[in-house]
Amino acid sequence: MAAVQETVEQVRQIDVDQYKYGFVTNIESEKAPKGLSEDIIRFISAKKNEPEWMLDWRLEAYRRWKTMQEPSWARVDYPPIDFQDLYYYSEPKKKPALKSLDEVDPEILATYEKLGIPLKEQKMLAGVVSDEGEDAGGDEAASGQPRARVAVDAVFDSVSVATTFKEELAKAGVIFCPISEALREHPDLVRKYLGTVVPTTDNFYATLNSAVFSDGSFVYVPEGVRCPMELSTYFRINEAQTGQFERTLIIADKGSYVSYLEGCTAPMRDENQLHAAVVELVALDDAEIKYSTVQNWYPGDADGKGGIYNFVTKRGDCRGRNSKISWTQVETGSAITWKYPSCVLRGENSRGEFYSIAISNGRQQVDSGTKMIHLGKNTSSRIISKGISAGRSQNTYRGLVSAHRKASAARNFTCCDSLLIGNECGAHTVPYIEAKNASATFEHEATTSKISDDQLFYCLQRGLSEEEAVALIVNGFVRDVLQQLPMEFAVEAQKLISISLEGSVG
Amino acid sequence: MGENVTANRTPAEIGLAEAFAQLDGKLPGNSDVKAKREEAFARFGSVGLPHRRVEAWHYTDLKSLQREALPLAAPPSAEAKTAAWNAQTLFAGLGARRLVIIDGTVVPALSDMDGLEPGLTVSTMAAALSEGDPFVASHLGTGRPVDDPAVELNTAFMGDGVVIRVAEGAVIERPIHLVFVATGDVPASTFVRSLVVVGNGAKLTLAESHQALGAAAYQPNIGLELVVGDDAQVDYVKCLRESTASQHLASFMTALGARAVFNHFSLTTGGAVVRNQLFLKLNGEGACVDIRGANLLRGNQHADTTLVADHLAPGCQAREVFKSVLADESRGIFQGKISVAPDAQKTDAKMMAQALLLSETAEFDSKPELEIFADDVQCGHGTTAGALDEDLRFYLMARGIPADEAESLLIQAFVGETLENIAHESLKSVLMSAVADWLQAGGASHA
Repeated sequence: MAAVQETVEQVRQIDVDQYKYGFVTNIESEKAPKGLSEDIIRFISAKKNEPEWMLDWRLEAYRRWKTMQEPSWARVDYPPIDFQDLYYYSEPKKKPALKSLDEVDPEILATYEKLGIPLKEQKMLAGVVSDEGEDAGGDEAASGQPRARVAVDAVFDSVSVATTFKEELAKAGVIFCPISEALREHPDLVRKYLGTVVPTTDNFYATLNSAVFSDGSFVYVPEGVRCPMELSTYFRINEAQTGQFERTLIIADKGSYVSYLEGCTAPMRDENQLHAAVVELVALDDAEIKYSTVQNWYPGDADGKGGIYNFVTKRGDCRGRNSKISWTQVETGSAITWKYPSCVLRGENSRGEFYSIAISNGRQQVDSGTKMIHLGKNTSSRIISKGISAGRSQNTYRGLVSAHRKASAARNFTCCDSLLIGNECGAHTVPYIEAKNASATFEHEATTSKISDDQLFYCLQRGLSEEEAVALIVNGFVRDVLQQLPMEFAVEAQKLISISLEGSVG
Repeated sequence: MGENVTANRTPAEIGLAEAFAQLDGKLPGNSDVKAKREEAFARFGSVGLPHRRVEAWHYTDLKSLQREALPLAAPPSAEAKTAAWNAQTLFAGLGARRLVIIDGTVVPALSDMDGLEPGLTVSTMAAALSEGDPFVASHLGTGRPVDDPAVELNTAFMGDGVVIRVAEGAVIERPIHLVFVATGDVPASTFVRSLVVVGNGAKLTLAESHQALGAAAYQPNIGLELVVGDDAQVDYVKCLRESTASQHLASFMTALGARAVFNHFSLTTGGAVVRNQLFLKLNGEGACVDIRGANLLRGNQHADTTLVADHLAPGCQAREVFKSVLADESRGIFQGKISVAPDAQKTDAKMMAQALLLSETAEFDSKPELEIFADDVQCGHGTTAGALDEDLRFYLMARGIPADEAESLLIQAFVGETLENIAHESLKSVLMSAVADWLQAGGASHA
């Protein structure tokens, strides 16, 4: 109840301006010329001081991309994208030899401050009481302080501007750095895993990303290490007419554990901007990766003008025995979302999980879901998807669960529920279930309904306003998924949900 | 995307185009019908046979499954008629009014065309097309789905079929049985199109059975359009027991009026490749449908049930339950789509597809879809796939029931749910025994 009260208040506060992250940071930036060509790819690669093989890898992807067609099967509708009318690289102009956080452009620091992402170590994400004061030393953190701490990699347009808690993580043996840095400092590790989960040939946007990706995070957790804190990347698109193409690669070596959070926002603009990311996760024997996303890209205005096209390929590979990958996502932003975080359950006894809340309002279009591909014996997966459509939005769950011949005793449970608010929106469910093994047990259930009059009446009877009642019911509807989020994010996400639904009641 | 792939025509597609050119002017119908055929074939020709890149046919790739286009079946010979008459048909003991269709041609001599109840009219499609029957012309193709290649082909090549009309308020107690018999001595294809129009407040029970006498390759393409008027009720059952040399495409197109009631059951145990398509349009407020089906497959059989339920009016109710029992290398497919239009408030629709996999090599693919544009609805679907429950089997065996009998009991119970709602008692018991027959046939391939 307290949480609901909080969300309602939050909604009131920002009554006027629903999208509170829509500001633009005035900062000088350095851009590659507009358009896409082999020269641009060479430019990006040179800019990052990449090894020769990486450039070849990119060029190969680019040549393949030129032969590919944009996918058209999703239930989304948008004018054709002119891929030559985009900037593929933009970085804030930086001072030479950036050594510590203090040297980061104060404008950028201010931006992240405003977004509630403290880049100064020791501070925490919004929603949790922050602790002022200087760094008390790494040892204390490693020994497990009661308060949560999060290491942040901040990506601003095409480059990573800051990564916090690096030394402390290094003590545990965890590598957490921008992928461009990883390519220079840990080239063998990157080369071994990059593109093994999402190959360069995978799909139109993944191939484009392989050619032009500029930055993103790289995480390696060594054997037997439980990552001492949550890792987080915060993506911010600032520059106009710029696409963001980040690439994240997370490797959890045998017996390790890591929890990773991702957040994203962009300024309010009339134009549509493209975000085509690739995320690859690799879990080896007995390892576990928990990947959480709160996606809040600018969704466009009420008439569907502007907003981010979020065309993302995310896939986890449970390569080892007893490995586990869990995706949790709260999708509230973007004009168009095209996103299917998937798990390839290769190792015996491996487990994949997908928890999703997808909220669409205004003219947003969401086509999202997951794939659970059971290849190994005794693999199991669980899908909980909650879609909420309001305004004039279209919200589609699209998912695949398949068990291959050798996936004996594979198990899946899928539950996708949709809630409709208002009579101009649509909610759709398109699941594919493919069982090629008799001992595989699949269960799938889906429901679509509106907030029942009875429930609403019950709440109104007890003196809640209609808005409060809806917030309460919606919070109950998505609770299964919110519980999966790390605490700091859960609070943030809950606020976000009420903000996204603002204006759809009454 | 898909269009580019059709550039190379397969032998079957070339065969169909040649057949269509050769049959020009030989198929029944006046110039209007001819125009309809040409339009339909042109639409088919522009996309060709469906393949896995065509979403609606993703799991039934006709382009690779249908290697050749078989020649159109010749009108049945006297021997064929005798053979068909002597063959025991499934619903023989029901006392139903039999309308016999041998190799795609209605045979009035073997059919009960006389003594029609008041309000019932029965004629043949070939005659209706030739005479340019305005009633048939006005209804034909009205329930046609958009761009379905099986229906387009049926319209292009339709030869014969039955036309049944039930007048307003007429209650026809005696079931009508459409007996489809394939002689199966030479490879052949048939294109049968039937039209059943049931007037407001009328009532009809319709049964359809398919069997083959020989084992020659056979490609039936069956189209049935059913128009159910306001407050009318139609109970329909279909039993498919053709040989495993058959590639059976059936398209069932139904339009329902206000408060109409439609109960459907279909049982498939035969055929090598079967695609049962159901297109439901709930046009009238408060229509109520109950759609059930069971596919029992073994060997290399492939059966695809595709259901599209368009809820276009408020307050309609739909229940859909499909079960597949899959042995050996068989493949069962269920695609079901519940689509609710913005005006169809208060829709209550539930769909369930379940499969029992009896062998390691069987496969079940399921795609239950919801497409909802109205907010005040209750819609749900579920799907499950799995092997027989070991605990249940153990329970029965612990009580002295042998393993195979226990298995058989469990399968019957699993399938039973789809049969229990058949109102006509003797139809129900005949279908139950057909299920038992399939179980009895055991490991051997069923013909």
